[in-house]
Amino acid sequence: MFRFLLGRLGLLIPTFFGVTLVAFSFIRMLPGDPAELLAGERGISDERRAQVLSQLGFDKPLWHQYLDYIAGIFQGDLGTSFVSKKPVLDEFLTLFPATAELALCAIIIAVCLGIPAGIFAAVKRGSIADQAIMGTALVGYSMPIFWWGLLLIILFSGTLGWTPVSGRISLMFFFPQVTGFMLIDSLLSGEKGAFLSAVRHLILPSIVLATIPMAVIARQTRSAMLEVLGEDYVRTARAKGLPPRAVVGLHALRNALIPVVTTIGLQVGVLLAGAILTETIFSWPGIGKWLVDSISRRDYFVVQGGLLLIAGIIMMVNLIVDVLYGLINPRIRHN
Amino acid sequence: MNFQKTLKASLLGVSLAVIAATGASAKNLVYCSEGSPEGFDAALYTAGTTFDASSKPIYNRLVEFKRGTTEVLPGLAESWEVSEDGLEYTFKLRQGVKFHTTSFFTPTREFNADDVLFTFERQLKKDHPWHEYTAGTAWEYFEGMSMPDLIKEIVKVDDYTVKFVLNRPEAPMIANLAMDFASIVSAEYAAQLEAAGTKDQLNQQPVGTGPFTFVGYQKDAVIRYAANADYWGGKQPVDNLIFAITPDAAVRLQKLKAGECHIMPYPAPADITDIQSDDTLTLMEQQGLNVGYLAYNTKQAPFDKPEVRKALNHAINKQAILDAVFQGSGQAAKNPIPPTMWSYNDAVEDDDYNPELAKEMLEAAGVKDLSMKIWAMPVQRPYNPNARRMAEVIQADYANIGVNVEIVSYEWGEYLSRSKDENRDGAVLLGWTGDNGDPDNFLAVLLGCDGVGGSNRAQWCNEEFDALIMKAKTVTSKEERTKLYEEAQVVFKEQAPWATIAHSVVFMPMSSKVTGYIMDPLGGHWFDGVDIAE
Repeated sequence: MFRFLLGRLGLLIPTFFGVTLVAFSFIRMLPGDPAELLAGERGISDERRAQVLSQLGFDKPLWHQYLDYIAGIFQGDLGTSFVSKKPVLDEFLTLFPATAELALCAIIIAVCLGIPAGIFAAVKRGSIADQAIMGTALVGYSMPIFWWGLLLIILFSGTLGWTPVSGRISLMFFFPQVTGFMLIDSLLSGEKGAFLSAVRHLILPSIVLATIPMAVIARQTRSAMLEVLGEDYVRTARAKGLPPRAVVGLHALRNALIPVVTTIGLQVGVLLAGAILTETIFSWPGIGKWLVDSISRRDYFVVQGGLLLIAGIIMMVNLIVDVLYGLINPRIRHN
Repeated sequence: MNFQKTLKASLLGVSLAVIAATGASAKNLVYCSEGSPEGFDAALYTAGTTFDASSKPIYNRLVEFKRGTTEVLPGLAESWEVSEDGLEYTFKLRQGVKFHTTSFFTPTREFNADDVLFTFERQLKKDHPWHEYTAGTAWEYFEGMSMPDLIKEIVKVDDYTVKFVLNRPEAPMIANLAMDFASIVSAEYAAQLEAAGTKDQLNQQPVGTGPFTFVGYQKDAVIRYAANADYWGGKQPVDNLIFAITPDAAVRLQKLKAGECHIMPYPAPADITDIQSDDTLTLMEQQGLNVGYLAYNTKQAPFDKPEVRKALNHAINKQAILDAVFQGSGQAAKNPIPPTMWSYNDAVEDDDYNPELAKEMLEAAGVKDLSMKIWAMPVQRPYNPNARRMAEVIQADYANIGVNVEIVSYEWGEYLSRSKDENRDGAVLLGWTGDNGDPDNFLAVLLGCDGVGGSNRAQWCNEEFDALIMKAKTVTSKEERTKLYEEAQVVFKEQAPWATIAHSVVFMPMSSKVTGYIMDPLGGHWFDGVDIAE
């Protein structure tokens, strides 16, 4: 197990350098320079433009800028946004808890509904219930998120008035961010009704964000279950006279979960990278929108720093999935 | 470091708790803003969204625009005098004005000439300790308004008198000083930050003299302000002002309808009818101080001939553009300045839509089988909500007179940069929103000879036109200036360096409980004097 873990960790080093190179070159390959964008229609003189670019260090050769970037990373300095003038790491740490909180809620919903739906569909294979579940999953998977989010807002917030339209908590509540996780901070604040308000604000965005992963997990669970249910050991368990619930729950599910865990891991990675559409609709202050805004403003330091941090998180999630996979499936770690 | 942060957070928490406790029965005005401010030092930026959150609620300027107009009134300067040669502007400053007291700054003195000097010298003098105080500092507006060339020096005559000495007369100088970049910053606060080695905070935790005091900003979520109890212009009718940042227009409207905010900007054109039919909402509207245009490259054949440009202008069906692109929220433009601006020449006749005449004019000019490019902006602007669509309508119009059009577009930064090129191939769709209500801000910036290779996208340098606008810069009498600008508009129309397309109408939906809101012709959003009926 130790060698397995060491091997996986070893792979992270070239991946890290690969990511830095891609993040660094990606934003510079895009046309348009930041000084022009800062000035807008008003325009900027060539002399002034050169001055601004030099202040930001963009007049240096590319290799020099790249080395500065790498050196900065090792000193914990990802640069400063030249739009907000704040350190990239500070901005990321301010916004990431919002993304993480939403992603975790969404993945919990997706897992809690997706896996049982997949199992049920597999057990009732070919039935109307199976077709209904898989049909719904397909619809969920193909749903345009922007339209879906807006539809839920108009129905539940507008017409029924059950949930707030957008934001993380009612504007009535005003307390300092301690962890950045609104559910925790609202509890810590001790203000009456704050926690409930935070929960109510989470409902719609979580459902919207959970829709696609839920569909993916349900379909993956169903196909994995179907494969396992046809195996000899399941037939043996049935022949032994085990009740169907034990056959499905104990023998089949444990083995079927192996590919499902991978799927969940990948989905967590995707969600933690920020969900630009969901964040935009629900005015959710997360990293997805931050990064996209920064790309359109050519805020080089934010893009290269933000991409690196997100890639780092995805790499960590993948590592954890790999380790879990090894724990669940001994064949992997022995190979 | 972490301990310091925790300590700061705790202290902030205490101050916030105090505000929250007193705020239980407070009157909160909530504005669903369209985006996040880039920072709070307005002089560093050019975006209206940033100004709405910084310079407008927090700061004052020496002179201010009278709300709802572009007329200039005394602000932190009670009065001013201009020397006869137009080179010296002497301001008498208001006494007894207090800077905000916040959790991070307690002023020990009132506003005086030192603050004025600090505000402008940090932008003007390259060796000023605050000239490059934060990453990539670019005083875009100050530079863009040619202030470094214009201002020779700023002299403190006494504690309450300041004199601006100019290198050349500039009639729009007073209007320029009412702009956001001229917001007066506290020199005492800056000194405190400098001593603490935290200069960056000037852009994160602002201190001004304005109607609202900055309380806190949660990035991309909420900005909070409290009414400034010591405001020299009197206390505000509301206790707190809150910006709920809501980027999507449809969601902003839902929030407004649900009572989660009181005012929202920039509704989607498709929602206007819905808003008008809602009894709980009020829809204010105003002509935007802007113009959308198609600039030919007058340095390239055959667009170097005014008759060819005129012919092409006759081929454009502006009404079709207003219907398809502005969906009713626009007005056809005939002059390069909007009708709400002083000196607008209503006597000018527009080039009417007449494809037959256009064809004849092209033939007479000896132009056959013309192929050209039209550049469509990749971004949405009030003066052009959908440039691609606009380009397609013009493409169809030109096809009717036998002109073949290829539509091209580039990434926004590239678009701005390449369209400045004097050898550019094609006509460019672009526009302008006024900064200070002065015609000079349109005519000189966009059509003056100095702007060729820069903001003059038509690359048009006409001696007669340029002489008129240059003269208007040096004359202080408004009447005389009006005449000069009216004449300049006639020359413009004859020469037709642009096809003037449209001026947009700006809508502002709000709860019908809101009172006292006045729309700003310059496109800003001001909340002083705004109240909510119980």
